[in-house]
Amino acid sequence: MSVPHAKLPGWAEYGLIPLVNLAVAFLISGLVVLIVGESPLEAAYHMINGAFGRGEYIGFTLYYTTTFIFTGLAVAVAFHCGLFNIGGEGQAYIGGIGVALACLSFDHTLPWYLVFPIAILGAAFFGALWALIPGWLLARRGSHIVITTIMFNFIAASLMNYLLNKVFKPLGSMSLETRTFDAGGQLPKLDWLMSIFGLSVGTAPFNISFLLALLAAFGVWVLIWRTRLGYEMRTMGHSPAAARYAGIKEAKIIVITMMISGGLAGMMALNPIMGEQFRMQLDFVQGAGFVGIAVALMGRSHPAGIIPAALLFGMLYQGGAEISFEMPSISRDMIVIIQGLVILFAGALEHMFRPAITRLVLGLSPKTRNVAATKGA
Amino acid sequence: MDFFQVFIELAQSTVRLSTPLILAALAGLFTERAGVFDIGLEGKMLGAAFAAGCVAYISQSVMMGLFAAVLVSVLLSLVHGYASITQRGSQIVSGVAINFVVAGSTVILGEAWFRQGGRTPALTEDGRFGRITLPFADAVREVPILGPLYSGLLSGHSPLTYLAFLMVPASWWILYRTRFGLRLRAVGENPGAVDTAGISVIWLRYRAVICCGILCGIAGAYLSLAANAGFTKGMTAGKGYIALAALIFAKWRPKNILFACLLFGFLDAFAIRYQGYAFPLIGRVPVQFMQALPYILTVILLAGFIGKAIPPKAGGVPYVKER
Amino acid sequence: MSELAIELQGIDKSFGLVHANRNINLKVRKGTIHGIIGENGAGKSTLMSILYGFYQADHGDILVDGRKADIRDPNAAIAAGIGMVHQHFMLVENFTVLENIMLGAEESQILNAGITKARAELKRLEKEYALEVDPDAVIEELPVGIQQRVEILKALYRRADILILDEPTGVLTPAEADHLFRILEQLKAEGKTVLLITHKLREIMAITDEVSVMRRGEMVATRTTKETSVEELAELMVGRRVLLRVEKGEAKPADVKLSVKNLTVRDSRGVTMVDDVSFDIRAGEIVGIAGVAGNGQSELLEAISGIRRAKSGTVLLNGKPIDVTGHADPAELRKRGLAHVPEDRHHVGLVLKFEESENAILGYHDDPKYRKGMLLDIDAIRADAEEKIAAYDIRPPNPRLKTANFSGGNQQKIVLAREMERDPDVLVIGQPTRGVDVGAIEFIHRRIIEMRDQGKAVLLVSVELDEIRALSDRILVMFAGRVVGERTPDASEGELGLLMAGVEGRKEAAE
Repeated sequence: MSVPHAKLPGWAEYGLIPLVNLAVAFLISGLVVLIVGESPLEAAYHMINGAFGRGEYIGFTLYYTTTFIFTGLAVAVAFHCGLFNIGGEGQAYIGGIGVALACLSFDHTLPWYLVFPIAILGAAFFGALWALIPGWLLARRGSHIVITTIMFNFIAASLMNYLLNKVFKPLGSMSLETRTFDAGGQLPKLDWLMSIFGLSVGTAPFNISFLLALLAAFGVWVLIWRTRLGYEMRTMGHSPAAARYAGIKEAKIIVITMMISGGLAGMMALNPIMGEQFRMQLDFVQGAGFVGIAVALMGRSHPAGIIPAALLFGMLYQGGAEISFEMPSISRDMIVIIQGLVILFAGALEHMFRPAITRLVLGLSPKTRNVAATKGA
Repeated sequence: MDFFQVFIELAQSTVRLSTPLILAALAGLFTERAGVFDIGLEGKMLGAAFAAGCVAYISQSVMMGLFAAVLVSVLLSLVHGYASITQRGSQIVSGVAINFVVAGSTVILGEAWFRQGGRTPALTEDGRFGRITLPFADAVREVPILGPLYSGLLSGHSPLTYLAFLMVPASWWILYRTRFGLRLRAVGENPGAVDTAGISVIWLRYRAVICCGILCGIAGAYLSLAANAGFTKGMTAGKGYIALAALIFAKWRPKNILFACLLFGFLDAFAIRYQGYAFPLIGRVPVQFMQALPYILTVILLAGFIGKAIPPKAGGVPYVKER
Repeated sequence: MSELAIELQGIDKSFGLVHANRNINLKVRKGTIHGIIGENGAGKSTLMSILYGFYQADHGDILVDGRKADIRDPNAAIAAGIGMVHQHFMLVENFTVLENIMLGAEESQILNAGITKARAELKRLEKEYALEVDPDAVIEELPVGIQQRVEILKALYRRADILILDEPTGVLTPAEADHLFRILEQLKAEGKTVLLITHKLREIMAITDEVSVMRRGEMVATRTTKETSVEELAELMVGRRVLLRVEKGEAKPADVKLSVKNLTVRDSRGVTMVDDVSFDIRAGEIVGIAGVAGNGQSELLEAISGIRRAKSGTVLLNGKPIDVTGHADPAELRKRGLAHVPEDRHHVGLVLKFEESENAILGYHDDPKYRKGMLLDIDAIRADAEEKIAAYDIRPPNPRLKTANFSGGNQQKIVLAREMERDPDVLVIGQPTRGVDVGAIEFIHRRIIEMRDQGKAVLLVSVELDEIRALSDRILVMFAGRVVGERTPDASEGELGLLMAGVEGRKEAAE
C-alpha cells in the first residue's frame, strides 16, 4: 500500500489512458518524421488515406489486422496466466509447417473448405508444439519462460531455414519457398463482405481467415471469463499460492496455456500462406509475433481491446506502405518505430501519465472524487 | 591445409566474433546483477553501431565515433532505466520496446541522411579502428608453434578486442573488489538491505544501467568501426540475444562469460568455415544447426540439465518500499 | 539517567486514506530498554520506520539527544546513531556475514582496505557483547537466530547508540529469544538505548524498563514496567476490557474424523518443521494448537490440507488415508470433506483482484452446480455468492465488487462462508481472526462453535493464546515442531506459556 492509485472511472482507465499513451507514441514518431525532413501531417494524411482511402486499401488493412488479432490473442492468453510468451514469432513460423503440410498434401484433391479445417488444425498443432516445450520447461524445470521463448524464436528461424532448404523447396528451385498451392490451398477472399459496404476488395488479400480471427477472439473471451480452465488460468496469473491452495494443477495449466497461446500464434500462418502467397516463404511471419506484444498491451489483454488494437496496427502496416510509396524517405521501418513506442508507452511506461490524468479526471468531477474516496475507505 | 594453420585461423576468427559478445554480455552482467533485466542489449548495440558509423564518417575520427556510440547506448539505457527503475514498468516490455525503436529508427535515419539503403557510407582508415600489431609479431612469425600463436592469434586485433578481453578481469575486479561492486551485487539480491543501509537503490541501479550502456556502446562501435567499415541495416543480427544467452549460460559470472562467449564465437566461426563441409562419420552438419546451437545450449542449461542457472534474486522486480 | 535519547513530538503519518500514526509523542530515556507494544496494525512499525528515515512523517519533529534531527533517509538515521533490526531481516542472503556488515559502511572505494578493519572491529564487538558469528559464513546457511545477530552487529558496526528491534522474537525459538534478551541487557549495560517493538506482553514484562502502548495509530500511554501489570497493558492495547469468553456448551466428541500419525514435514530448506506429530480429532470437538509462531503450526496445516508435501507419516480423513507424502490434491480433499481456511487469506485464501463471487468458488470451481454445459454458469455463481453474503453479513453486499475493496473482516468472512457452507466433515482453520475487526471476531468465533455443534471436527491454529483457550475443547501445544503437551482449556495461561516456551514440554517428553 504505497501511494495508492485512486480509482479511475472505466472510461478513463480503459479509454483515456491508452489513448494518451498512444498519442505520445505518435507524437514522438512525428518528431522522427520531422528529423527526416518531412511533414508529419502529410505523413498522417498518407497513412490514413493509405489505410482507408479505397476498398482495396481497407482490404489490405484488414488483412494485416487478421494477422495481428491472432498474435495479439496469443500474447494475451499467456498474460492472463502470468506468463510472458515472447515467442509468438517462432510459434507462428513453425505453425506454417502445419499449413504447408495440409496444403501440399490435399490442394490437388480437396476443395479449400476441406483443406482449411485441416490447415487450421495443423497450424494450431505445430504452433502449440513449439510453445509446449518452453511451457513444459517452466512447469517441470522452472526455466524462465521469457528467455526460453526468445531462444525458441531463433531456433525456429534456423529450423525453418533448414526445412525450406532441404524439405519444402521444390527440386531445381532457387528461392526458399514451397511450390505454389493449387486451388485447394487458396482461401477465398471476403469480397462479398466488402461489397455489402459498397467497397471492392481489389487485389487485397483480405480473406476468410479474418472471420476465423474474430471467432478466435470470441473464443478467447469465452475461454478466459466463462470456462473453468480460464478461471484457473486467471487464478494462477494473479496468485500462484491461491492456485495451489485451490488444488489447481500448476504444471498442467502452464503447459495448456502455453499450448493455447502457441496454437493461436500458429494460426496466424493461415493468413499469409493460404490467404495471400499460396505458398510458404522464408520469413513469412515478418515480425507479426512481436506486433502481438504491442497489440496485447494496447488492448489490455481483452479481446474487445485486442481487435481495435490489431486494427490500429493493421492501419499502420498498410498506411505505412502507402507513406513509403508517397514519401520515399519514410520506409516501412517507420512502423517498427511506432510499434516500439507503443510498446514503450502502453507497456513499460503505462503508469507515467496516470498520476496527472488521475488528478485531472478526479479534479474535474467532484462526484467521481467522492466515489473514489468512499470506495477506498 | 595443415591442421595447426586451420586451428590458428579458426581461433583468430573465434576471438574476432567473440569480441562483441563479450562486451555485450558484460554489459548485461552489470545491469542484471543489479536486478534490472535487459533484453534490450540488441537494440543498444545496434543504436551504438549506427551512431558510430554516422559520426565516424562525418568527423572522420574513430574516437568521435566511439564516443557517439557510447553516448547513444547510454541514452537508451537511461530510457530503459527510467521505465524500469523510476516508473517501475516491466523490464521485459521496456527492453522489447527499445529493440524495436532502434531497429526502425536506424534504418529511417540512415536512409534519410545517407541514402544508401540503410547503410552509412564506407569508412576510410581514419574512421576505423586499425589492427594492433604486437611488438615483434613479424619477427617471431617463423618460430614453430609459438610464433604463429603469437603473431597469428594474439597479435593483429583491433584495440577494442584487447579492451573486451581486458574488461573481463576488470569487471570481475569491479564487481567483487570495489564498494560499487559490493553494493551493485547487493541491490540485485535484496534491495531492501541496500535501502536500509542508507544507500539509494535508484541511483545505484541507474549507475549499473549506465555501465551497461557504456559497454554496449563499445560493442556496437566494434561492429561498425572495427569488424566492418561502416553501419549496415540490422548488423547486430541477433548478437545481443546471443550475448544474453551467454550471460545466462555463464550463470551471471564474469569468468564464465569469457568462456561462454568464446564458445558461442567458436560455434559461429566453425559454422562459417565449415559450411557445407562433409565430416567423416557425421557427414554434413547443417549450418542452421550450428547457428541455432548457442540457443539450444542455453535452453538446455536453463532446463537444469547441466547445472542450474540461478538469476539474481531481485532481478526483474521493481523496488517498492515495503509497508 | 533522565537524559532523553529520543523524543518524538507530534508525529503524524498517513498512507492515502489510512491514518497510520496520529500525533505521536514519545520520550525514550538514555540507557534504557523501552518497549512499544500494540496489536498488529496499531502503527508501531510505521512509527519506527519514520524514526529510521524509511518513511517521512507528514508532521512532527524527531529529537535525538535533545537536538532536533532531520531524518530524511536511513543514512541520516545512521548518522544520528540510530540502528534498526527489521522484522524481515535486511540481509543479502548469498553474501558473507562480513560483506553484509560492511555494506553501506565500506569506508573506501576499494574493499580490501576496509575488510581488514572490519574484521578487527567485528572481533572487538563480538568480545564486547558476546555476539559470536563466523565472519566468513554465508548468510543463507546460518540459522535465523544467528542472522538476527548479524543484523545487530550491523547496527553496532555503524556505531549505533540507539537500537530499534521490530518484533525480534517472532522468528526465534524461546532459547534464541532468551539469548537475544541477554544481548539486549548487555547493550543496556554498555549505555545503549534499546527500543523493543512487540505485541507480546510477556516480553515487555520480562525485559523493558518502560513501556509505551499504541492503539490504532495513537500513543495511548507510557508506563514504568515495574509499576504496571499485564492486565493493565492488555486493556490499554485493546481499549476496553474484552472478555474473550465465548458461550459454548459441552463438547460431545464422537467418531475420529481426522487422524494424524507420526507426521514429519520439512520446509524448502530441508529444516524439519513438523517432527513426528500424532493426534486425533473427533466429530464435534475443537482441537486448538497453541504455540509461538514458527514452531511448525503453519507447516502442519499445509501438509494436512495437501498444499505442502510431508516427509513421512500418515493422515487419515474419515478413516481413509490422505497421500500426504505424495501427491495429495487439495481439490480432491475438499470433495472428501476437508475444508481449509488458510492462515494467509491475502495470498492464499483469496485472489484479491477477483470479484467477490469468483472468490466464493475458489477451490470449488469444478463443482457441477457452477457449470452449464462446458461453461461456467455465471448466474449460478453470483446467486450462490449472494446467498453467502446474506448468511455471513458480508459488507458491502455486492458479489461483483473486487475483493481487495473489502475490509479484512469481510474478506475473512468470504473465506469462511466458502469453506463452512460446504458441510465439510473436517474444518482446518489457521489464524481465523488475524487482522479482523472486533465485531467480526465475535461472529467468526460463534460460527466456529456452531460448526462444532453440528458435529464437525475442527482443527484450530492460532498464535493468539486467548483465542485458543476460548474456543478449544482440547489444546495441543507445539514447540519446535513437536507436540509437547496436551491440556484442557482450563489450563492456566502460565502453564500453557511454559509449554509454548518449551520449558515444561521437555520434561514431559522425557518422562
